[in-house]
Amino acid sequence: MGSAKTNGLSVFLLSALLLFSVFSSVGCQALWNQPYSHAQIESSTLFSSFSEPPKHLDPVVSYSSNEWSILGQIYEPPLQYHYLKRPYTLEPLTLQTLPEVRYLNAAGQALQNNQTVAYSEYTLTLKPNVFYQPHPAFVMQDGRLKYGDLSEAQLKTIHSVADFKEQGTRELLAEDYVYAIKRMGLRQNHSPILDTMQHYIVGLREFSSLASEDYAAKIAGDPQVKNRFFDLRNYAISGVKVIDKYRFSIRIKGEYPQFLYWLSMNFFAPIPWEAERFYKQPGLVAKNITLDTSPVGTGPYYLAENNPNKRMRLVANPNFHDEFYPVDGLAEGADAALLNDAGKKLPFIKEVVYTLEKESVPLWNKFLQGYYDASGVSSDSFDQAVSIGAGGGMQLTQEMQDKGIGFLTTVQPTIMYLGFNMADPVVGGYSEQQRKLRQALSIAVNYDEYITIFLNGRGVAAQGPIPPGISGYQTGQAGLNPYTFEWQNGRAQRKALEQAKRLLAEAGYPEGRLPDGSPLTLYFDTPATGPDSKAQLNWYRKQFAKLGIELVIRATDYNRFQDKVRGAKAQMFVWGWNADYPDPENFLFLLYGGNAAIHTNGAGINSANYDNPEFNRLFEQIKTMADSPERRDLIAQMVAIAQRDAPWVWGFYPQSLALYHGWYHNVWANPLANNTLKYKRIDAAQRTAMQQQWNQPVIWPLILVFALLLLAVYPLYRAYRARQTKRLVATEERF
Amino acid sequence: MLAYIIRRLLFAVPILIGVNLITFALFFMVNTPEDMARAQLGAKQTTPEMIAAWKADHGYDKPLFFNGEAPGLSKISDTLFVEESLKLFVFDFGQSDSGRQISADIYERMWPSLQIALPTFVIALVTNIALALLIVLFRGSVLDTASMMVAVAIMSVSGLFYIIAGQLLFSKIWHWVPISGYEGGWDGLKFVVLPVVIGVFAGLGSGVRWYRSLFLEEINKDYVRTARAKGLSEIKVLFGHVLQNGLLPILTGVVVVIPTLFMGSLIMESFFGIPGLGSYTIDAINAQDFAIVKAMVFLGSVLYIVGLILTDISYTYFDPRVRLQ
Repeated sequence: MGSAKTNGLSVFLLSALLLFSVFSSVGCQALWNQPYSHAQIESSTLFSSFSEPPKHLDPVVSYSSNEWSILGQIYEPPLQYHYLKRPYTLEPLTLQTLPEVRYLNAAGQALQNNQTVAYSEYTLTLKPNVFYQPHPAFVMQDGRLKYGDLSEAQLKTIHSVADFKEQGTRELLAEDYVYAIKRMGLRQNHSPILDTMQHYIVGLREFSSLASEDYAAKIAGDPQVKNRFFDLRNYAISGVKVIDKYRFSIRIKGEYPQFLYWLSMNFFAPIPWEAERFYKQPGLVAKNITLDTSPVGTGPYYLAENNPNKRMRLVANPNFHDEFYPVDGLAEGADAALLNDAGKKLPFIKEVVYTLEKESVPLWNKFLQGYYDASGVSSDSFDQAVSIGAGGGMQLTQEMQDKGIGFLTTVQPTIMYLGFNMADPVVGGYSEQQRKLRQALSIAVNYDEYITIFLNGRGVAAQGPIPPGISGYQTGQAGLNPYTFEWQNGRAQRKALEQAKRLLAEAGYPEGRLPDGSPLTLYFDTPATGPDSKAQLNWYRKQFAKLGIELVIRATDYNRFQDKVRGAKAQMFVWGWNADYPDPENFLFLLYGGNAAIHTNGAGINSANYDNPEFNRLFEQIKTMADSPERRDLIAQMVAIAQRDAPWVWGFYPQSLALYHGWYHNVWANPLANNTLKYKRIDAAQRTAMQQQWNQPVIWPLILVFALLLLAVYPLYRAYRARQTKRLVATEERF
Repeated sequence: MLAYIIRRLLFAVPILIGVNLITFALFFMVNTPEDMARAQLGAKQTTPEMIAAWKADHGYDKPLFFNGEAPGLSKISDTLFVEESLKLFVFDFGQSDSGRQISADIYERMWPSLQIALPTFVIALVTNIALALLIVLFRGSVLDTASMMVAVAIMSVSGLFYIIAGQLLFSKIWHWVPISGYEGGWDGLKFVVLPVVIGVFAGLGSGVRWYRSLFLEEINKDYVRTARAKGLSEIKVLFGHVLQNGLLPILTGVVVVIPTLFMGSLIMESFFGIPGLGSYTIDAINAQDFAIVKAMVFLGSVLYIVGLILTDISYTYFDPRVRLQ
């Protein structure tokens, strides 16, 4: 027995020693919880995440910010936003200069004397020596695409674009931009801006009808045509012309200065016809290798791996043209260190790994471990990351500061609002009484409180439809909404509830009662049906209850909600708008009568159905004006009209909050630019050191568990022996 | 047996048609093709022209079950239901409404799901049975009572808690394994360990209790008494005789699950960043992608039917008295 005990103890001690030595040796070399390879960690690689897989990477189709954050690094439209400048400023990207504009009369000739502008013609001149990323579509053999007609045998070994033995390139040409506009025009490509652009680009509508009908006829004869190349070079858009190798022109109907902003979007990124010809092979389509999954661009990066359910990997484009970090344009209040890399060649980061993280908890924890270089802050982790200072400003907690984490807050060019249906007989209408009801509600629905409770202070109460950073937004007292706020002690203060009650009484609802004494009941439509929304909906009820008004929540699914708003059947609703481009027209058109859903069979963007003739007249005036003091005056008038009519409760402009580690440099928020990755820089050595410091494995619990397991075996064995002996004895006694 | 299998497969056809019918009816009751077009187009301003083009391009411009304008039999055949259902029966899942090949996506995503589900399933099965037998070995003792209390406690806690607690303890505090992520092959071992351990542990309570009750039913039967009378040790009795005879009810619950293993686990895959099939259907429902929804519901039904047939077949191997006719 004694010998058995000694042996057991020896085995235990030896095992523990072995375990300890193994863990110790491993612990010195690699981190156990390291999710990436050594080579990646030690190189200039950025580690980021995405929560929703991108659906489309075809630039004429994609219209989501999560897709543009990838596409923006790969494709190069003609223009881009200056990384640092405020207000947002366009600059050439693949162009030599900003497009030259020529105004033409109805005959297509240069304007003479006070002729009306019938057309604006933009001439775009490309930089020479801009080359596409290495790609098999460009490999030529005997004057034909080498991989243009892949055989079954060739396809067997192909699982991604990287599997092709040869990769080629070619120079960016003007015809590539024209080809992209033609792709936009093909209805079957489902470009979300086709109908908008048809209003402006001369000949696009005719081109779209002709090409789309021809294509539809071909598909009707053979559905497989969808997977084969349809050569759009055989069709022409009368207003879009290739002038020479590097120049092309786009003719616009009338004046539309905002068109330049569209030229900074991926819809206008170049598409080489060879790429479409290459991808339109049934064998590749069957393997999900298409232009929608494997982009081909001239940008600083190319998509080396695309598994939208796992990981997307961008690698620096070896053919990227010369582009340099900005040397000026630092915005007011920005960190001067942002110019430390001024004049250096871009991009700095050699690889970007985006990993799918659907849940915020693992994302946040991996950021704290140093395995993500930057992170947003969810409500769950807000208190751990940020504290509100005595002055109401945000600051990082001590824990974050100790880790050398930095943070950046920016007010987004976005507005969230509570819309009144202006066609509704109770909350809508333009009489003084109806206006006063909306003004009273605008005071009562306290969005300052909403921002504090539900957004952890990440937002700014809106005074009007135009968010900060957009021309026409006015700060301070000049931008105050005098119907909802008053200027006190140098800041905007929401008016007292008594004033709202007075307005409500003047509107004919004293104490929130109808003339017959019954309570005024209003209806709030929302797609928020989950338990998480309950608190917010209760909050809305409370805001209305402050005036004695009963709010009925009509929660439904998103489809029905949209139907109701489009059909002007919703009385009140909450909606938002994200800027497409930094022009006030992009916000004011949400209130233009011509865009009212009720006037456009539900297609219009003016969901509140606001239709004020004076506002409409001014909108038509400013729509085609370039930014100028005169235009800003007119915009101020429009904002004042809208503030008085109060078709929306001007909700709030959301504020983004991003955290980043100390080794991540040149971080600057530019919500309108999608191609900012090329400016960022990583100090990989510092990151490796920090990760080592933060992630050493804790071994003692493992040894403890192992020891407990070993210790448990012996008593169990003893108990088993005892039961076995007892049973035998009992059996013998029975006999 | 072959005749039996063929008969069962033929019976499956009307079942699958019925499942398909219900899927079509339920989906289109909630989502109209116009809604689907809006969700897929993702445009801020969706025009009627865009919607019409999208519907025509994806075949949603056809009537659902009955085409009144078509002549003769085409009234039935020239409908969305018949056209899409026929393709399913030859396992031609086609393209998702966002344009991806569904078969390729399923093939790509099933392996990560299997990489988690298979080891979890095997380890859980072995562990549950072994622990249940161990508890049966000490039945009536303090160990038995304590084990059952622990089992009930494990059952009572949500699986989500184990995931978050596991990530917190093993990944965040002790730094043993990555919090989330995935790699194929052996490189992915470190990513698999935690989800598998949590998957096994979360199922331990119910599994052990279930198997314990099965084995306790067997333990007092005559053949067990005979085995003991022959002088076999209790371990040999349990693992050699009780386990073998207890397999039949175990098979009922186990074999049917095997074909559906690659369908993955929604929560586990979401939290651990596993690029599996777990969220494929739910994501498709949220995105109103009917092509994926119908394909996955059909596939799930087929796999369940296959599982049931396999269960029947497995009976014949483990119980010579069972004959399939």
